[in-house]
Amino acid sequence: MSILEYNGAAIIAMQGDGCVGIAADRRLGAQLATIATDFTKVFRMSPKLYVGLGGLATDVQTLHQLLEFRMNLYRLKEDREMTPKVFSHLLGQLLYEKRFGPYFVEPIVAGLDEKTGEPFLSGMDLIGAPVHTKDFVVTGTCTGNMYGMCEALFKPNMNPDELFETLGQALLSSVDRDALSGWGGIVHIITKDAVITKELKGRMD
Amino acid sequence: MTDFAPIVPVGNDILDIGSRKARRQRNADPMAPSAAMLMGAPAQFDVPNVSNPAYYCRNNFASVCGTGDENQDVKFMKGTTTLAFKFQGGVIVSVDSRSTMGAYISSGTVKKVIEINPFLLGTMAGGAADCSFWERNLGMECRLYQLRNGRRISVASASKLLANVMRSYRGYGLSMGTMIAGWDEKGPQLYYVDDDGTRLKGKMFSVGSGSTYAYGVLDNYYREDLTVEEAIDLGKRAIYHAAHRDAASGGINNLYHMTKDGFVKIHSIDVNDMHYEFAEERANAMSS
Repeated sequence: MSILEYNGAAIIAMQGDGCVGIAADRRLGAQLATIATDFTKVFRMSPKLYVGLGGLATDVQTLHQLLEFRMNLYRLKEDREMTPKVFSHLLGQLLYEKRFGPYFVEPIVAGLDEKTGEPFLSGMDLIGAPVHTKDFVVTGTCTGNMYGMCEALFKPNMNPDELFETLGQALLSSVDRDALSGWGGIVHIITKDAVITKELKGRMD
Repeated sequence: MTDFAPIVPVGNDILDIGSRKARRQRNADPMAPSAAMLMGAPAQFDVPNVSNPAYYCRNNFASVCGTGDENQDVKFMKGTTTLAFKFQGGVIVSVDSRSTMGAYISSGTVKKVIEINPFLLGTMAGGAADCSFWERNLGMECRLYQLRNGRRISVASASKLLANVMRSYRGYGLSMGTMIAGWDEKGPQLYYVDDDGTRLKGKMFSVGSGSTYAYGVLDNYYREDLTVEEAIDLGKRAIYHAAHRDAASGGINNLYHMTKDGFVKIHSIDVNDMHYEFAEERANAMSS
């Protein structure tokens, strides 16, 4: 089994009309054994920028701390928030720096540009090869399931409520067919005015 | 074969079906399918045409323990929690319903209790095909025994028929971990039989990837003098805890009670509904 699948995860980010959403499950496992059902794998990096880290839990936490540090440093130096595009590049660089001993994490980035309000989505592999999309990106142990659900449920220009519903349904249906993820979920909807965070009740088996 | 070959009686039923069957087999064209095959029981399986078929099977269709089939195209249903225990009121058999192929959940509604006959239940862990095929085959053998001898087979004999089959195919990569529960002349009976030919008699068993979790609950709350209601609740809770913690177990809890009049199917409950029922129960216990 790949080390990327050791702890289990399911994370989806999706774009709507002037908004983006990111949803993740809550399980932390050690292969088949479920250790915790309140694990965080989506992190707020700035008021309108979230990152989802799927993969090995220890590297998820290490990478998050490193990103937090670099965000603070950027704020001190520049006296402004990082744009999603810059953040995505920074993350890619951090990952490629460890080209021959990588963090076992496949991240996705979802955010709105503070100035223009333009939605931003990107995903990358564990050594930082980026993919930019205008609809959705997924990462975790059931990417096949998630792509299937997103492909079926996504429609362009959804409002925040529709985006929440779509993300929630896509996530819950995906993890119900995956043994390594699930046990509840969390959804963040990022709009230009506010971020709405809701917890999802999922199957607990 | 000549007509002068001694006719050995097979079984001792009035119609002498066994002897007639044996005679027919002896006179039959050796290339024609045997009588046993026509009745649905394979006389022989095709094996790979190599010098050591067992070795070949083991290395290419390995499945039995751990992650032997990880790099293989052919993967088997493995994740499971099944349990059975004897108590004052008979035997409780309780199972989950999840079927996985690697991390993918291929079904959430599998019937893992096999109703061999009204007085015999088998459980399914390991390869779904191996379990269902050989337990169906056991059902046929048990029926033939009953026709030949005019009485039901004991659970000890039935489980041994299965164990003998498993022993004869040992090393060929069969995958089966089963509990045979029944009620015979000597009362409630419980046996564990697996693919390497192990056959154990016992009061309590649990089989599958979630079995350790189930044993935890079972060992804690089991008593010989459980009432039927208490026993049902215990079987249900043990499966719930296993389904919650074990990623490869889940879905629906099917629970059977073996009584002196044969088995009774008690319930099919969604494990997820149980989670909230038990959460509420804990909350109430805490507040009172």
